[in-house]
Amino acid sequence: MREKDCAVVDRILTAHNCDATNLIAIMQEIQAHFRYLSQESMEYIAAKLGISCAKVYSVATFYENFSLSPKGKYVFRVCDGTACHVRKSTAVLNALRGELGLVYDSNTTDDLLFTIETVSCLGACGLAPVLTVNDVVYPAMTPEKVKELVRELKEREHV
Amino acid sequence: MSDRIADIEALRQRQNFAAERMRAQPTQVLVCAGTGCLAGGSLRIYERLIELCRERGLQVQVSLREHVDHPDIGVKKSGCNGFCELGPLVRIDPQGWLYTKVRPEDCEEIVSQSIVKGELIERLIYENNPAYAAQYDIPFYAKQTRVVLRDCGHINAEDIEEYLALGGYGAFADALGMRGEEICKIVGDAGLRGRGGGGYPTGRKWEQVRAQREPIRYVVCNGDEGDPGAFMDRSIMEGNPHCVIEGMLIAGRAVGAQKGYIYVRAEYPLAVERLHNAVDQARAYGLLGADILGSGFDFDIVINQGAGAFVCGEGSAMTASIEGNRGMPRVKPPRTVEAGLFGKLTVLNNVETFATVPLIVRNGAQWFASIGTQTSPGTKAFALTGNVRNTGLIEVPMGTTLREVVFDIGGGIKDGHDFKAVQIGGPSGGCLTKEHLDMPLDFDSLKKAGAMIGSGGLVVMDEHTCMVEVARFFMNFTQNESCGKCVPCREGTKRMLEVLEKIVSGNGELSDLDMLLELADTISQTALCGLGKTAAGPVVSTLKYFRDEYLAHVVDKKCPTHVCTKLKRIYIDADRCKGCSKCARQCPVLAISGVIKQPFRIDPDKCIKCGACLTACPFGAIGEE
Repeated sequence: MREKDCAVVDRILTAHNCDATNLIAIMQEIQAHFRYLSQESMEYIAAKLGISCAKVYSVATFYENFSLSPKGKYVFRVCDGTACHVRKSTAVLNALRGELGLVYDSNTTDDLLFTIETVSCLGACGLAPVLTVNDVVYPAMTPEKVKELVRELKEREHV
Repeated sequence: MSDRIADIEALRQRQNFAAERMRAQPTQVLVCAGTGCLAGGSLRIYERLIELCRERGLQVQVSLREHVDHPDIGVKKSGCNGFCELGPLVRIDPQGWLYTKVRPEDCEEIVSQSIVKGELIERLIYENNPAYAAQYDIPFYAKQTRVVLRDCGHINAEDIEEYLALGGYGAFADALGMRGEEICKIVGDAGLRGRGGGGYPTGRKWEQVRAQREPIRYVVCNGDEGDPGAFMDRSIMEGNPHCVIEGMLIAGRAVGAQKGYIYVRAEYPLAVERLHNAVDQARAYGLLGADILGSGFDFDIVINQGAGAFVCGEGSAMTASIEGNRGMPRVKPPRTVEAGLFGKLTVLNNVETFATVPLIVRNGAQWFASIGTQTSPGTKAFALTGNVRNTGLIEVPMGTTLREVVFDIGGGIKDGHDFKAVQIGGPSGGCLTKEHLDMPLDFDSLKKAGAMIGSGGLVVMDEHTCMVEVARFFMNFTQNESCGKCVPCREGTKRMLEVLEKIVSGNGELSDLDMLLELADTISQTALCGLGKTAAGPVVSTLKYFRDEYLAHVVDKKCPTHVCTKLKRIYIDADRCKGCSKCARQCPVLAISGVIKQPFRIDPDKCIKCGACLTACPFGAIGEE
């Protein structure tokens, strides 16, 4: 890891008293900063916390929120909970994938701008179907609204 | 002045002081800032209202913490009001008016008419009907008994003073004057049962921890509300975080714990933010930390954010996750009360349970026991969602019938469709059908009907919902979320999902239905944790009540609701087709061909059943079956 990145990780570790029981919170903060957990960062925290790399890796791969590959700048989380599902969230997801040109099992665009994830429930069932973009909730989505949203975000990025 | 409250006497003074400040506001405007209304732009409305009031020279008080000589109005962000469908919501007090679907453009009129002149704006009220001007006159609210959720929409969730103004932390102060076993007894006598779904008596659980010898004890609050279709805990954590903290303090006092953990799922960022804010405030006020209110009782709370694993809602998985491990359940016994977090004695309750505790201590066990049914006292919050007119968060006494919930409060089925079923209890629960409409909703009757309260998600389904597909949906969910530790759940749910996928694709056989039931039986008897044990619930209950739908898929190879795409056939009615070719031009896979002005045809092998032609045809000549 670059020196600058080590300093960031060190700061996060210190804030959590270098305590291995805070592993999940530590990795969440690292991911929030770097947008993913790199192999180097996991090795680094394993050494600093005095636990094995295998342990860090096992926790990182257990939880859905951790990503071992870089995520896009904008993370779409499309809710596919029961309420959204019965109000046609699949059509929303398909429209989004189509609009971003994502095929097969890729979830992140090549320019690292957009990532699509599905979640089982965002707890905003009254607004179904919903999706979030970097934690901002967009209610009552339709395939048309998705297209509009993607267009807006792309414009913001001058793509 | 230090914020720290020295003792119980000082707490009473601070409560009175805050209450007086609140009373000094002749008018109050509450802008709902729950996740739903925020998504609708309620923050802009909040800011705009403050700006407009100030422009008119009104003395605006946004927090009870600030001193305003003679406030004309209090403008505040409230927690979730539950009527998310009609958000953003704005409530005007003292009139109690509830304005729905408010837009920033409406703010000018709200200030000039309602705030300055005290006049009602009819077009903003529910159904534009003056009979429904006041929030609690709207049928959605009128039929509810909001006890635990009451303050959610009435106070500013980010201001501890507002909670104090309503007597907040008073129940905890009362608890400080009691012995542990007395507190456990009150909660036990009230008959409070765990709101997370299991329904285990809370008082008994606390007593089990209290009575042991081991000195280190923990209190854990389960805010990992993962059931799809449930969001009452989110609303409580966002809308009234202090009541959860107070409930945990009382639990800590009852069992002799000094540390509490709140585990919140990662999908609830606003809840995490509000809880952090509330914990910080409580600490600054000396309501958390060392020697609380000069009583010698120490208690502090840590907030853990989940990382996206449904199984962490299970007790032993949650404690493993707080310890920084993979969130996998372990074999029980020992139970969490004996060896929970860090192997120590642990009281683990759900958010709604903790939120209910201060009310019980404040109003007495008798009061609580008088609500609801004999075996399930109190109220229960439900998240009412799906194909129902009024979606949102509701609270009713236990024992309220499904009909009252769906039709009186929910306003019936959306778009005039027919009621088909309600899925209750998420992936662990089951379906209730027309025959259950008059069944009381409580722990025991639901169990008898093969469903469970779960955390309280009620997803209403109309006649266009395919129950086989619903079963597949839940099995897909459980299979995704299975932690993989035990074979029955890891492999069993996979096999069940395969069978269900086979059925919805039209390749099912009659023997598959028996296979499903056999797998369900094995998994429920042998899986390690609650997630696995109840995984087959949705399949078993849909098979029980909607067997004919399964048979239609398996025998007739038809989906009666036309939901399962693989069983759908799209056809062109030759009599109606004018041969305009519009459908052929819309078809993304070139499955439609024909000669202009003669009936077109769809090649069933090429058709992907996307339905593009259906909407394109100007003559209604294309149908599906």
